[in-house]
Amino acid sequence: MTNAPTTPGIVPARLDRQTLAANFSDVEPPMGAHEAVVAADRCYFCHDAPCITACPTEIDIPLFIRQIQAGQPEAAARTILDQNILGGMCARVCPTETLCEEACVREFAEGKPVEIGRLQRFATDTLMARDIHPYERAAPTGKRIAVVGAGPAGLACAHRLAMRGNDVVLMDARERIGGLNEYGIAAYKTPDDFAQAEIDWLMKIGGIATRTGVRLGETVTLQELRAEYDAVFLGIGLGAVNALGAEGETREGVRDAVDFIAELRQAEDLARLPVGRHVVVIGGGMTAVDAAVQSRLLGAEAVTMVYRRGRDRMSASEHELDHAATAGVRIITNAQPVAVHGNGAVREVEFAYTHDGPDGLKPTGETFRLRADQVFKAIGQTLADLPAGLSLCNGKIAVAGAGRTDLPGVWAGGDCTTGGEDLTVTAVAQGRDAAEDIHKTLNG
Amino acid sequence: MANLATEFLGIKSPNPFWLASAPPTDKQYNVERAFRAGWGGVVWKTLGFDPHIVNVNGPRYGAVWGADRQLLGMNNIELITDRPLDVNLREIKAVKRDWPDRAMIVSLMVPCDEESWAAILPMVEETGADGVELNFGCPHGMSERGMGSAVGQVPEYIEMVTRWCKKHTRMPVMVKLTPNVADIRNAARAAHKGGADAVSLINTVNSITSVDLDAMAPEPTIDGKGTHGGYCGPAVKPIALNMVAEIARDPQTAALPISGIGGITTWRDAAEFLALGAGNAQVCTAAMNYGFAIIKELTAGLSLWMDEKGYRSVDEVVGRAVPNVTDWQYLNLNYVTKARIDQDACIKCGRCYAACEDTSHQAISMSEERVFEVIDAECVACNLCVNVCPVENCITMERLPAGARDERTGQTVSDRYLNWTMHPNNPMAKAAE
Ligand SMILES: Cc1cc2nc3c(=O)[nH]c(=O)nc-3n(C[C@H](O)[C@H](O)[C@H](O)COP(=O)(O)OP(=O)(O)OC[C@H]3O[C@@H](n4cnc5c(N)ncnc54)[C@H](O)[C@@H]3O)c2cc1C
Ligand SMILES: Cc1cc2nc3c(=O)[nH]c(=O)nc-3n(C[C@H](O)[C@H](O)[C@H](O)COP(=O)(O)O)c2cc1C
Ligand code: SF4
Repeated sequence: MTNAPTTPGIVPARLDRQTLAANFSDVEPPMGAHEAVVAADRCYFCHDAPCITACPTEIDIPLFIRQIQAGQPEAAARTILDQNILGGMCARVCPTETLCEEACVREFAEGKPVEIGRLQRFATDTLMARDIHPYERAAPTGKRIAVVGAGPAGLACAHRLAMRGNDVVLMDARERIGGLNEYGIAAYKTPDDFAQAEIDWLMKIGGIATRTGVRLGETVTLQELRAEYDAVFLGIGLGAVNALGAEGETREGVRDAVDFIAELRQAEDLARLPVGRHVVVIGGGMTAVDAAVQSRLLGAEAVTMVYRRGRDRMSASEHELDHAATAGVRIITNAQPVAVHGNGAVREVEFAYTHDGPDGLKPTGETFRLRADQVFKAIGQTLADLPAGLSLCNGKIAVAGAGRTDLPGVWAGGDCTTGGEDLTVTAVAQGRDAAEDIHKTLNG
Repeated sequence: MANLATEFLGIKSPNPFWLASAPPTDKQYNVERAFRAGWGGVVWKTLGFDPHIVNVNGPRYGAVWGADRQLLGMNNIELITDRPLDVNLREIKAVKRDWPDRAMIVSLMVPCDEESWAAILPMVEETGADGVELNFGCPHGMSERGMGSAVGQVPEYIEMVTRWCKKHTRMPVMVKLTPNVADIRNAARAAHKGGADAVSLINTVNSITSVDLDAMAPEPTIDGKGTHGGYCGPAVKPIALNMVAEIARDPQTAALPISGIGGITTWRDAAEFLALGAGNAQVCTAAMNYGFAIIKELTAGLSLWMDEKGYRSVDEVVGRAVPNVTDWQYLNLNYVTKARIDQDACIKCGRCYAACEDTSHQAISMSEERVFEVIDAECVACNLCVNVCPVENCITMERLPAGARDERTGQTVSDRYLNWTMHPNNPMAKAAE
């Protein structure tokens, strides 16, 4: 350890390797077999269960839990994967407290839902540990589909299309496939390179060719893809980031949170990853929480997350905010940045307190400053470029039904489209449903 | 504080909890530990003649578990004691000498001839034991040799052997009954006729707990084979309760003392046995499952409950529920109830709906908002919804008062007692008086 949490500036190695390893290990350890059976026994097997409706992929949750109870986690995994091929990742990253577990009648009854997320992980991990890929491809249809963007939407779409007998070319601008599974999700939610392990497992279906370093709009155009393939699916996510609109925003030390997170996820040695002593994160969503928490885990002495509205308006769930608080992140609400001060590099960020009234957000007139040698902007991602021929709706690609865009033969899903929350599980649902629609459209 | 001291067949014990004849009572070491823990008495593990029997050298227990591995039921293929007779007798004598205030009953199983019984009884008497229990119950192993349940299943044998025993000893004789019969009353009547001072029941229920699906053999599996064994523990309690009640309310055996056995695990189980006519309670599996320390819960629990209810002695509890055990034909058909769902307590799981809609009477409605309501016009009052509801007291059965209309039958509820023997649909009905 060469530095300490109190070392000024943006420096690596604030903590020793052992501490770093512990900090970035599984945030929720996996369940043991007995624990899983006991947890499964708490499920009431509700009629027309509310948890199913609350899951964007509509997994038959009571059924898979009953299968765990009956001693067959592998069968449970199939029930999960039938609906959600990235059930393993979702089990780790879904904000279950606002999805299935919020709907669980036991949450209502006693504030302790059935641990659906952890049970899902138990089932899918069991199956994957046995290296079973339970799906086979249908007879070849002879159809070729281009899937652009290899995040959860693209992966789910590609798998379902391949399973139905179509040939898929999965392309992505990045070096590695996986989208935010690989570059975005907090490291402690998916340790041990789970994202790639899951992709390897998913690819066992066959029929999916991958091409990385291919950027739509640069390397290839939508026009060309439409000409070459029978259909195109766009799952390109949100590639751009909102600007703060505060003075001094371009000072050294100010950075997009997603870039920091991507670097962290790709870092081979966390001890070499630099982080500030006084870190300020601006935003109130998952990205802000993840940037703040991971800065703390890297050893930043003081991390403050500042959100312009009230806590109830933050898109991060209570569970995540608690997690941030436990990690030692200070959360300030009702304050928006007005200026980034410093002499070259950032030294302070100035905020104005806000009042969220009937006619919008208004500064109260009172301001304050936070010491900062590093600032992360996490105030939302937006669509980078709208491919020609498509139209926008609320800043995203407009789609109807199961992801049909304005252009015939072009479907889209995931974060880049309207509809649903920007979550991994939503992307999976949309990719899957688009695949079924594409398959039906092409093959009757 | 309630007095738990009991006198059963004149045998005194500080509380009504005895350890049943089984591994917990197989030797001096265990029994002394039990007495130190506070058990009121023991029925010593069944004795037989030398050469002593041998047990299997592989597993002897099978089990049925709940989700958290709660032992719900257990079976065994153990035989009677596998130690020499004189060793057991010597130990019994020593224990009784050191623990004179505890009940010491000796369980016996010898071949079905008078000489055998005439030979063993004096040996037991010599130990100073308080009484004997005739093991006519074990359903496995010994029964193949014409003992245990092979005797207990034939009322004539029960009567005969009991009579021999009464003839050859002055000790109280208790006959332990097997539940593996069609009508337990015949066995109890036979024991009574033979002069038994009491019956004890139940011994274990013939069973196979599970099958090893890889070995394709019943469990416990001995070298690839398995056999039926005796089932005990919480799972058998309902069977035992009914059998105890059957004997208690049979006019022919109503006066016969009963020692209740079968699945007793907490004070409540014991209280239920007492209420149905048992004079005391024997415990085996619960002790094997948790150790002797459970006696503290049993005695403290029973005592607290008795205090709350104002019962001063165990005798005041014994048989209290027997008058309320009746035949189906005497149940009041004018007693009309309907299920009621407490909407504040309801957690909207829909289990009641699934149960009633799929398997009963379509008497629960479900709205878009998952509000579940009973449809009185369909509810037959079966109680299934109450039992499947995960929330205690969320669904209850409410009695319709006399004069109210039963929406299902369209009839006005009568306050007149009407049972099947009086019912107009009964071709044999006698006119109501
Ligand atoms: C920091 C962070 C943390 C998050 N944490 C969670 C969480 O814990 N739980 C949760 O449910 N959700 C979380 N999310 C949201 C979740 O990651 C996304 O909703 C999900 O990944 C969306 O999937 P997608 O397939 O639509 O897009 P992405 O995962 O963004 O994938 C899009 C892919 O398209 C590629 N691409 C983009 N443009 C082009 C182009 N022009 N040509 C070719 N390829 C292109 C990209 O390289 C990328 O691989 C988080 C998001 C972030 C940013
Ligand atoms: C391993 C085992 C061995 C038993 N051996 C005897 C026995 O030798 N003699 C006997 O009368 N009953 C024997 N029993 C039956 C018990 O005494 C008792 O009747 C039965 O287990 C039901 O009571 P429980 O549910 O409290 O266990 C045995 C039970 C078990 C579990
Ligand atoms: S008591 Fe029986 S019939 Fe009536 S509502 Fe309940 S389950 Fe249905």
